Amino acid sequence: MQARHRKLALIAFAVVAVGIATTLVLNAFRSNLVFFFTPTQVANGEAPTARTFRIGGLVEAGSVKRQADGLTANFVVTDTARAIPVTYTGILPDLFKEGKGVVAEGRLGDDGHFTATQVLAKHDENYMPPEAADAVAQAQKAQSTVAE
Amino acid sequence: MNLNRYASPSIFYPLAGRLVPVFAALAAALAAAGLYIGFFVAPTDFQQGEGYRIIFIHVPAAWMSMFIYLVMAFWSAIGLAWNTRLSFMMTRALAPTGALFTFLALWTGAFWGKPMWGAWWVWDARLTSELILLFLYMGYMALQAAIDDPRRADRAGALLNLVGVVNVPIIYFSVVWWNTLHQGASVSLTRAPSMAQTMLWGMLVMALAAWFYTLAVAFARVRTLILAREQRAQWVRQMEHEA
Repeated sequence: MQARHRKLALIAFAVVAVGIATTLVLNAFRSNLVFFFTPTQVANGEAPTARTFRIGGLVEAGSVKRQADGLTANFVVTDTARAIPVTYTGILPDLFKEGKGVVAEGRLGDDGHFTATQVLAKHDENYMPPEAADAVAQAQKAQSTVAE
Repeated sequence: MNLNRYASPSIFYPLAGRLVPVFAALAAALAAAGLYIGFFVAPTDFQQGEGYRIIFIHVPAAWMSMFIYLVMAFWSAIGLAWNTRLSFMMTRALAPTGALFTFLALWTGAFWGKPMWGAWWVWDARLTSELILLFLYMGYMALQAAIDDPRRADRAGALLNLVGVVNVPIIYFSVVWWNTLHQGASVSLTRAPSMAQTMLWGMLVMALAAWFYTLAVAFARVRTLILAREQRAQWVRQMEHEA
């Protein structure tokens, strides 16, 4: 084995070793690295309910209700398996919509009601023109009618 | 043809000199085409309206920020194993451009995040690991500047790059491994892109422009590094003489 090959092997070994070490560390901190908990995780007691934390999921269709003061909104965050009712007072981001992703930070009350201090919209990876979005919606509608 | 001969600074110097204007012209032309597609041809997004057009800068910059670090780590490994002077110079020449693209990705992301998410900045895994990448670039440049002996500076910097390179897969896969606010990849090698054709084209043309820009500035920078480090070499003196 030539000296330079030995050196290269040593470098490769070092990179792999650092990589494995990082993987183990990240794995150990896994629960601290998540940005939000899903309603199912909250139901399973995985979320730190004693302090403020974030929940994430979809805004349930038809669940958004604005209060008379114009600022407070009630809605339900769901991951299609479990759901959590949320109350938030403040300005909602542009992308906040029923059926779209949302992340809310706040506290979970004893009654299972989540009081949010901040609401962030989570955008998905789909980019398309409005006409295409309409076409997709039409197609889904047609499909669901056929299924029924 | 023996590619290894291009590892010699005296042969690479004139070659890079001829390539810089070509790459710069290509970068300018592609950037003009990409921006035209991005701003005038690509349709409005169905949810985000016009605000999504930041992706024509944001995504190519973010790709470049990760890719340049991989290339720097590659040259660092080659330099450490083969003791080639030029690979260390290449590493050094790429760092400022990598830092620039990282900063651009973070900055444009913040601009987009405020109206779309409702926050300039959040500490999710994607944003945090990209910020660490910026610190890695700045740390590398600071380390290079802090050590007077260029050969020792090269080795120390190379080691930092080889340790820091583990961050690149973390950035890329952060949106898969953890719940993040940042959305997943719209474009990947394993499946069809989840975006409209013209939007995709605009982004890819801008990415190519970023590539050629990087090549042009890195080669221009490496030429000055070669001259600075080889100033006592015979071929540099001869060139000086002729000029």
